[in-house]
Amino acid sequence: MLNYFPEEVLEHVFDFVTSHRDRNAVSLVCKSWYSVERFSREKVFIGNCYAVNPERVIARFPRVRSLTLKGKPHFADFNLVPPDWGGYVYPWIEAMAKHGINLEELRLKRMVVSDESLELLAKSFPNFKSLVLVSCEGFTTDGLAAIASNCRFLRELDLQENEVDDRKGQWLSCFPDSCTSLISLNFACLKGEVNAAALERLVARCPNLRSLRLNHAVPLDTLQKILTQAPQLNDLGTGSFVHDPDSETCGKLKNAMKKCKSIRSLSGFLDVNARCLPAVYPICTNLTSLNLSYAPGIYSNDLIKLICHCKKLERLWVCFFIKLIHYTYFFSGVPLSNQGLNWIMQILDTIGDKGLGAVASTCKELQELRVFPSDLYGVGNAGVTEEGLVAISAGCPKLNSILYFCQQMTNAALITVAKNCPNFIRFRLCTLNPTIPDAVTNLPLDEGFGAIVQSCKGLKRLSVSGLLTDQVFLYIGMYAEQLEMLSIAFAGDSDKGMLYVLNGCKKLKKLEIRDSPFGNVALLADVGKYETMRSLWMSSCEVTFGACKTLAEKMPRLNVEIINEGEEIEASPDDRHRVEKMYLYRTLVGPRRDAPDFVWTL
Amino acid sequence: MSTLSREENEMVMMSSEESSNDSELELGLGLSLGGGKAKFKPPSPAAATAAGGGSWDQYARILTAKDFRSGVSTKTSSSSSSSSSSVTKANINGSCGTKRTAESPSSPPGLGVTLFVISLILGESGTTLDKISQVVGWPPVRSYRMNSLANNAKSPVTKDFFSTVDKCKSKNIVVDKNNITKEKGVRKTSLFVKVNMDGIPIGRKVDLNAHSCYETLARALDDMFRPSAAVGPRRSNVDEQGVVAGTRQSLQLLDSSSDFVLTYEDKEGDWMLVGDVPWEMFLNSVRRLRIMRTAEANGLGGHDVKIRFELEFERAWKIVLLADVTK
Repeated sequence: MLNYFPEEVLEHVFDFVTSHRDRNAVSLVCKSWYSVERFSREKVFIGNCYAVNPERVIARFPRVRSLTLKGKPHFADFNLVPPDWGGYVYPWIEAMAKHGINLEELRLKRMVVSDESLELLAKSFPNFKSLVLVSCEGFTTDGLAAIASNCRFLRELDLQENEVDDRKGQWLSCFPDSCTSLISLNFACLKGEVNAAALERLVARCPNLRSLRLNHAVPLDTLQKILTQAPQLNDLGTGSFVHDPDSETCGKLKNAMKKCKSIRSLSGFLDVNARCLPAVYPICTNLTSLNLSYAPGIYSNDLIKLICHCKKLERLWVCFFIKLIHYTYFFSGVPLSNQGLNWIMQILDTIGDKGLGAVASTCKELQELRVFPSDLYGVGNAGVTEEGLVAISAGCPKLNSILYFCQQMTNAALITVAKNCPNFIRFRLCTLNPTIPDAVTNLPLDEGFGAIVQSCKGLKRLSVSGLLTDQVFLYIGMYAEQLEMLSIAFAGDSDKGMLYVLNGCKKLKKLEIRDSPFGNVALLADVGKYETMRSLWMSSCEVTFGACKTLAEKMPRLNVEIINEGEEIEASPDDRHRVEKMYLYRTLVGPRRDAPDFVWTL
Repeated sequence: MSTLSREENEMVMMSSEESSNDSELELGLGLSLGGGKAKFKPPSPAAATAAGGGSWDQYARILTAKDFRSGVSTKTSSSSSSSSSSVTKANINGSCGTKRTAESPSSPPGLGVTLFVISLILGESGTTLDKISQVVGWPPVRSYRMNSLANNAKSPVTKDFFSTVDKCKSKNIVVDKNNITKEKGVRKTSLFVKVNMDGIPIGRKVDLNAHSCYETLARALDDMFRPSAAVGPRRSNVDEQGVVAGTRQSLQLLDSSSDFVLTYEDKEGDWMLVGDVPWEMFLNSVRRLRIMRTAEANGLGGHDVKIRFELEFERAWKIVLLADVTK
């Protein structure tokens, strides 16, 4: 009966179908729906840029206006993927420019973006409105200058955690006076200075500006001036937050903050004098999102004081750190020698379990929590243990997403957490010692994670750590029915572990494994499974060349990439040779042509 | 010496939670906020009152050389943070590594000096820690975040702490070549400071910015001041290793057993031992250097003990506690 609907009606109905998954489902119903859907789709999401190529995307969705692309595998974030692996955006921009696509929005994650790409982007799409780059690299502030200069209707320039070379050109000053359309500007990850006066003028002429995140180089007095110009902000990322707290500037800042009644999201504090923090108390009452994870300069007591004002918080990112105390004894004003009383001590003044306790008692609306370590060795975070997590789970019943770095964990704690918070969608736990057992019983943490997957029926993303045997994977395979992404490191005893997961998790999309004893038997048991998944990463496991070749032969629609670093690429490596890094993903377009020398596609 | 040790021992007062660990301590310096006859201000009012006073106790315990070597995992009875091994460098006056029995938790009446009880709580034992830190990509923190925090924050003390190797080498073994933490900053212009050595009338000047760590500085000073025949009349004290006519023996300025110690005057006019604080912090506060005879620096028997706390990430303020030792 639906076949009798004219296409315009179908199209109108499809307008209400926005999620790409729903759209994908719609397109599978029948040929006519497929056809209507493809012409009406404006937002295209491509989870793996090598699963398809630009031409095919453009051919299928000629009216695309917004493109989201993801490039490198997730473990690239942790330096497991060598540079030059791939993920270049240029071919995409080039193809869209060539085909006259009316591109308005480009969102990239873990891709390599060159200045040439940005320049081509800026010049090819007159209606371009929104550029969001997350964890990308390869560009400099020159590329940003091109965007600023040429995109007349730019609404959004959002740079999150990118590695950007600063060329000391005044990219921000390149926004022409006629640019008044900015809604969102985030340059927190840039390292260089921007012209303060240009920034203030830009803010002043963009009345729709809702989100502004400054970088480290923007001083507090500039922030104060900006806030007086933009009291309508929803989302603020401070730059440097250092000043004399008794100064007039700080006083003015506090007054300006009081007028910013719409701020719901706060971040930054990249450099902070904690005594200036009270300036932000006026906006804390309405905050729903607070990101202090780049602010190691805020100690737990100031942090707790701040958090106590934030009763409506739904999202909190914090880090913990070491505070050093040096201790030297003096006698008569002259220091003792090294042989004297000379102690070096550290006080752990971290957010600590105590700080998390404060969060638990204040932030009843909390949904997402991320607790990062802030020092490289991960020492000094004994302050964050299983107790903090338990406190949070008890105090924040709405918690559904957590990323928690901690020094230790126990099964009992995880079981309690599972009982308190059955609503987890994302649960990522990272013990700083990757194979640490239960801190009390010395047993593996299998039971704890088992409780989590059993209780949290909606769990979509899971990262496990600590001492884990095959048993935990049995639980995951049995209970984690909605699981889409699983990250495994230093876990398991045998192929059985991986098999439990592959057999059990029907909705698994991404599986990434490092340093675990899973081998060929597990890899080859169900080769068809990989076409239902986006990708599989295995590094430092027991998989061999021969098995990878077998897999590649059996599954032509998978790219099985072997990443060889520093090894000679022999013509025919021994099949029994262990593979150091393997990344496989389903694809419609065969082996990619931009793979570097050290990447083999079998 | 003995005076000092008696005073030290008399100054011991452990918080009750630590009592079980007393025997492990070589030297106890106890400071419990709100306890004893403390005649000082708490280091930070906020700290003292945060979530109830005495909160310092929970993660404060003195570190000892024994902790450092054995990496013993200690659990305190307090519920929160402190639950792992403790490490420190502890050098007791003139007797490196000598064990002393700690005093009982309750200080004898009339002494009334309580000092700080601080504990260092680290992860696993030292070896495990090294092993962890050498695993590429662990802990799984985005390299952008790692780099960013390393650049913004001061270098963690643990680097100085655990690396007995040349501090100039990149300690960042976790992150691979992509790491830009070390040596990223632009080299500043010169930072010349005067250096005087006891017994040498003529001082020298050294450019601190030409160095990136204490080791190279010590070596440079060594070269400058190493006693040789060319230098003027020197003390004839026999136990000074540094002066052996004709031989070029290193001063070993950073060696605790050396007869010379390298000190510096900071911005506030106090003399501090070189090597305690992270290098960058040192650069920020040093005014001039002095190579002092160890003998001169030892127990001059003052009654006042000035304890200085420097908080690494808060360069703006230092806390000076004055504790009077009453006899």
